[in-house]
Amino acid sequence: MSPHILEMRSISKTFPGVKALDEVSFQVAEGEIHCLVGENGAGKSTLMKVLSGVYPHGSYSGDILFRGEVQSFRGISDSEHAGIAIIYQELALFPELSVYENILMGQEITKGLSVDWNETIKKATQMLKTVRLNVNPETLVKDLGIGQQQLIEIAKALCKDVKLLILDEPTAALNEDDAENLLSLIQDLKKSGITSVLISHRLKEVIEIADTVTVLRDGRTICTLDRHKGEVSETLLIKNMVGREINNIYPPRHHKIEDELVLQVNNWSAYSPKLGRAVLKNVSFKLRKGEIIGIAGLMGSGRTELAKSLFGNPDGYEIEGEVTFHQQKNRFRSPSEAIKAGLAYASEDRKGNGLILIQDIKSNITLANLLKISRRGVVDANQEVKHANEFKAALNIKAPSVEQAVVNLSGGNQQKVSIAKWLFVEPKILILDEPSRGIDVGAKFEIYTIMNRLVELGMSIIMISSELPEVLGMSDRIYVVSAGKIAGELSREEADQEKIMHLATQ
Amino acid sequence: MTIQDLQKALNKNIRDYGMFIALFVIMTIFTIATNGLFLSPRNIADLMNQTGYIAVLAVGMTLVIVIRHIDLSVGFLAGFLGAVTAIGLSILHLPIWLVIPAVLVLGILAGLLTSLPVAKLGIPSFVASLAGWLIYRGLLLLSTTGTGTINISDPTFVALGNGSIPDIFPENSLFLPGLHKVTLLLGLLAIIWFIFSDLRARKQKKSYQFDVIPTDMLILKLVLISGALAFITWKLAGYNGMGWTVVIMLVVVGIYDWISRQTVLGRHIYAVGGNPEAAELSGISVSKITLMVFGSMGLLSAVAGILFASRLQSAGPTAGTLFELDAIAAAYIGGVSAAGGVGKITGSMVGALVYMSLRNGMNLMGVDESLQYIIRGGVLVLAVIFDVSTRRVKR
Repeated sequence: MSPHILEMRSISKTFPGVKALDEVSFQVAEGEIHCLVGENGAGKSTLMKVLSGVYPHGSYSGDILFRGEVQSFRGISDSEHAGIAIIYQELALFPELSVYENILMGQEITKGLSVDWNETIKKATQMLKTVRLNVNPETLVKDLGIGQQQLIEIAKALCKDVKLLILDEPTAALNEDDAENLLSLIQDLKKSGITSVLISHRLKEVIEIADTVTVLRDGRTICTLDRHKGEVSETLLIKNMVGREINNIYPPRHHKIEDELVLQVNNWSAYSPKLGRAVLKNVSFKLRKGEIIGIAGLMGSGRTELAKSLFGNPDGYEIEGEVTFHQQKNRFRSPSEAIKAGLAYASEDRKGNGLILIQDIKSNITLANLLKISRRGVVDANQEVKHANEFKAALNIKAPSVEQAVVNLSGGNQQKVSIAKWLFVEPKILILDEPSRGIDVGAKFEIYTIMNRLVELGMSIIMISSELPEVLGMSDRIYVVSAGKIAGELSREEADQEKIMHLATQ
Repeated sequence: MTIQDLQKALNKNIRDYGMFIALFVIMTIFTIATNGLFLSPRNIADLMNQTGYIAVLAVGMTLVIVIRHIDLSVGFLAGFLGAVTAIGLSILHLPIWLVIPAVLVLGILAGLLTSLPVAKLGIPSFVASLAGWLIYRGLLLLSTTGTGTINISDPTFVALGNGSIPDIFPENSLFLPGLHKVTLLLGLLAIIWFIFSDLRARKQKKSYQFDVIPTDMLILKLVLISGALAFITWKLAGYNGMGWTVVIMLVVVGIYDWISRQTVLGRHIYAVGGNPEAAELSGISVSKITLMVFGSMGLLSAVAGILFASRLQSAGPTAGTLFELDAIAAAYIGGVSAAGGVGKITGSMVGALVYMSLRNGMNLMGVDESLQYIIRGGVLVLAVIFDVSTRRVKR
């Protein structure tokens, strides 16, 4: 047994009203890849914030031993100095600066008073090689894909002579290829002696990569499992994460798909003047009443663009093509027209453009259809609370009250608020863009159950998703999008992961 | 109810009441420092009339800041529109019922014009309204070049900034001698209306079986607010009665507060401020809301210009100088968040009152003007620090 590089002993951390961490112990052996899993709100991020000094020494109880010494970090700079680097889900890069400026940001190589740019570029090039990223160091970061940006973050961390690398859901926003690439990089880093802690919701990759897995639940350490002793399996992990067995994470459905076509899209093309390129080329598809269709495809393949171009085109694409919506040819010129006609679009980016985080649950739920609860332009506040409470109960939104600000909710509950918001407009077609991104297994199951209930009631759903199991588990039919085109259509029966990936990478 | 309950309720809503407490403290200090002169009926009436045009601008500015913009042009726009009013009344001898509506419409158009590049092209409002600042300043100078300061003698117009509402009872009757009866009556009606509407809202909430504040807290709240209303009414009634400026200010605040809290339009404005992308995807036209908010700002600039010209009974080439910054300061003191989406209309009115109390009180004390500026700056910073720190605790 190798010695522990990190030991966190009996860590407790309390926020007003919540005990976020309760006597958590967490031990990482030197040179291993250690995965930290748990539902949203289990305390993973809090634990990492305690470790990195975001929550300074004194604001929690318990001891942190790093490389055999008790540490009292008062801020990120302390933990970085000791050799701990954390890469968060939201990347902390400067989009308008070049790759090399980003990599050496905060540890500039200087000559006298000025920055030595030649040395900087040389060093950055070397780091890019280490993380196996083949881009020109002078590229601006905003022009890179999200997977490449992640590698820049890692390069930046490696520059700082890191001993322990912590990655908070690094693959959540990546497509399969980029994720694969990132995981093999972490394994390479392990060979060169860097210990990694990986927080992840994707259990498949956890099983593939981890030496040890620690499961947190409700602020407590549930268990630590050793893969090399054959202790790690998906069912066991899920069981420990949620505290109950989920045999089938896709609930059964009993809905009947009717023959009636509710949406038919023909030769739909979109050109983005902002990007200066076509984002959609001759897309055609159809949707029946009571049906869930899955739109699969890699990130950047045009899935979200397709949804937005149909949903009133808020990004101002130049569009050609034809949409038949409930037997009527119609092209919506604004989201408000689309909403009025019965189309709803729940964005993939809940925080960025889905919800108004500083406002409370009820205001978010009613926002897109305030007219429903108002008379002559005046909102009936009591009706609003009543409707919001009904949704809170129906969708099991966990919050003390509907007056709670959405920013304080967990990812899963935010997603439920987002869905409630769109159910409040009583749509005929609901477009869900990445409905389960960044939410835990329990909440996913609930959202799938809601989706099934909706189609049973006669609604039709277009689900856009990067997660292949989800696409396979939930869709009646699957369209695979690749480079702005429909690369193929698969029925529920014939579809499998390999076929989808094959079409998506065409 | 225990003291702890009260403390808890106060802590929870400190942001809502903080401004009132600050106003109370400032007023108490000035009252002591001026041997009661500050609270004399004459000074209170004066203070309210001084606050009028800044409060009106601050109300409009609140919504502008809520949707994450700023409007620097409002000061000189108000000055310019005051000059237009003066030209209309004193040089062209047009009737007042024609001039005032025309100026208000002109204000709306000016606001729309400022915001057109903001709403349609995404030009930063700081730049667009800075251009407006320059243009309206130029127009103000242009419209007063030949004449210099234009005096206004129209009695109806002058009354807006200086006169009071008429009293139907003789001033020195045996019944309440020396007090303005209509003002008292209005104050009484306001108190009754406030208590009645509060109780009705409570009853409605109860019928939906929602939580309501406990009875003892309710009584405390009703007594405190009624008391404050009664006090101001008493003071105003003691000196000529309620001025027209106060009436206009209260009407503006009342309408805007109602719009911001109760209407679909208000909700859309705050949604755009909270997250413009989410608002757009929720079917709200961000550019339309932007135009409306700036249009309303233009309208209120016109109102402020009219009030100021009326108060001075003239329009001069420097009218409106720095009004925009006074209004912005009042809005920030009143708790508007620079990040957007947060800010109350009533808060901004109280902010304006705090800001003008400082000016008025220090003038009474004979504080040097240079020191006045420094103190006002300090209060602004303190108010924003208070605002930010109380927001952080609330989690």
